[in-house]
Amino acid sequence: MAAASPQTTSAFELKGRMATLTVLRLQSNDARHVLVQLDERLAEAPGLFAGMPIVLATAAELEPSADMLAAVVAGLRERGLVPVAGMDLPADALADLGLGQMRNSDGERQAPERDGPESARSAQRPAAGGSRVITQPIRSGQQVYARGGDLVVTAPVSAGAELMADGHIHVYDTLRGRALAGVQGDTNARIFCRTLEAELIAVAGQYLLSEQMDARLRGSPAMAWLEGETLRVETI
Amino acid sequence: MARIVVVTSGKGGVGKTTTSAAFAAGLAQAGHRTVVIDFDVGLRNLDLIMGCERRVVYDFVNVINGEANLNQALIRDKRVDGLEILPASQTRDKDALTFEGVEAVLTQLAETHDYIVCDSPAGIERGAHLAMYFADDALVVTNPEVSSVRDSDRVLGLLASKTRRAEQGEPPVSEHLVVTRYAPSRVGKGEMLSVEDIREILSIDLLGVIPESTAVLNASNAGVPVILEDKTDAGQAYADVVARYLGEQREHRFLDEKKGLFGRLFKG
Repeated sequence: MAAASPQTTSAFELKGRMATLTVLRLQSNDARHVLVQLDERLAEAPGLFAGMPIVLATAAELEPSADMLAAVVAGLRERGLVPVAGMDLPADALADLGLGQMRNSDGERQAPERDGPESARSAQRPAAGGSRVITQPIRSGQQVYARGGDLVVTAPVSAGAELMADGHIHVYDTLRGRALAGVQGDTNARIFCRTLEAELIAVAGQYLLSEQMDARLRGSPAMAWLEGETLRVETI
Repeated sequence: MARIVVVTSGKGGVGKTTTSAAFAAGLAQAGHRTVVIDFDVGLRNLDLIMGCERRVVYDFVNVINGEANLNQALIRDKRVDGLEILPASQTRDKDALTFEGVEAVLTQLAETHDYIVCDSPAGIERGAHLAMYFADDALVVTNPEVSSVRDSDRVLGLLASKTRRAEQGEPPVSEHLVVTRYAPSRVGKGEMLSVEDIREILSIDLLGVIPESTAVLNASNAGVPVILEDKTDAGQAYADVVARYLGEQREHRFLDEKKGLFGRLFKG
């Protein structure tokens, strides 16, 4: 007979969290040179660095080769460090090394392509810090991001579409896709929509799936906001 | 200047080729010089549905590669005046289609035709992209089930962003919804989405509803565009689609359950 308890308590939860990671910023294209200097640093505080997760990055003008990255990553692992991701490095090289891909959040290098490959024409990036207004339907597979501002949509958002904003998200039509407000961590961001049919809503990393939302809210005008750690949704 | 119409859906098996054949035949019947192009290189079907598979000598890829000229590849339909077919190659794949080649063929066809109907392959890759890229109008073919509607929605997104009109900032491709294989009895039982549901999810203009019908299968097997079977429900529904596309106002039909003999007797 199957035990009932595993069905009733969720075995895990997924959360978007801000975390501090040590970034190893390469300033030389010579792996040996890097590792020699690293050894000197490690010798100063042996033990401190053991098991430490490391994010690899490079100085803007350097374009490290895949071989160079592989040599550095292997060297880090030999020394007990745990390289976990690369920031603004070639995706295929990172994938080969088993590293995750991160984007530079302070945007000092070239602007990463946040919009999906098939963003709507009306969804082009505005001047920095601006809010965005979208008047065309946002279809399945499209992704729209309002960097540094609010996102206002006056057309339907289809299932399988994704809205992201650093600020609030307003949808003056049916929201069927995903909406993520405050993606850079603004816990005051809110989501407003005229008809709530969303697959997922999230504010600053706290999210709710459609099946976790009160069924009575479906099809209603709704607002979502954070109260402490809890994402609340109510009709408006 | 010809108008280029893409018949597309994302999902396979929903009725793109049947719709392309019927729609092109209907336009030609209305007196417009029409050519229908099979973009499904490697899985060519349009010639079968049009009943001209034995007359294929040269194909679309031959023309693109300069191995034949357009007039050698075009097949004139024997039943409808002003209707021509440009078949796909069965021995090649979609990579044989080049952007410049497709553009050159469409430009040449546009000089001598009123409508160019592009029968898109399933998927959203190269073949489908090239079929939609130059379009002025799109018929989005959708079955009344969720995965088909989802794929159509995806395709609508591509039409709004990955076409010549979108890239050059011209007025957008005009999108028309064609719901095929519609069975009102199954909608009634909740097994299928209703036309209203589909319309609301996709929020585009409804051009027509084609009922699920044995006539479609029979016509395909016989190699006759179903619109030419004008006694059948599906044939009439396609005739409505063409008439509405050409600007005529026609009431939507075939939306309700067919009444059986008893239903008719008792309902009066």
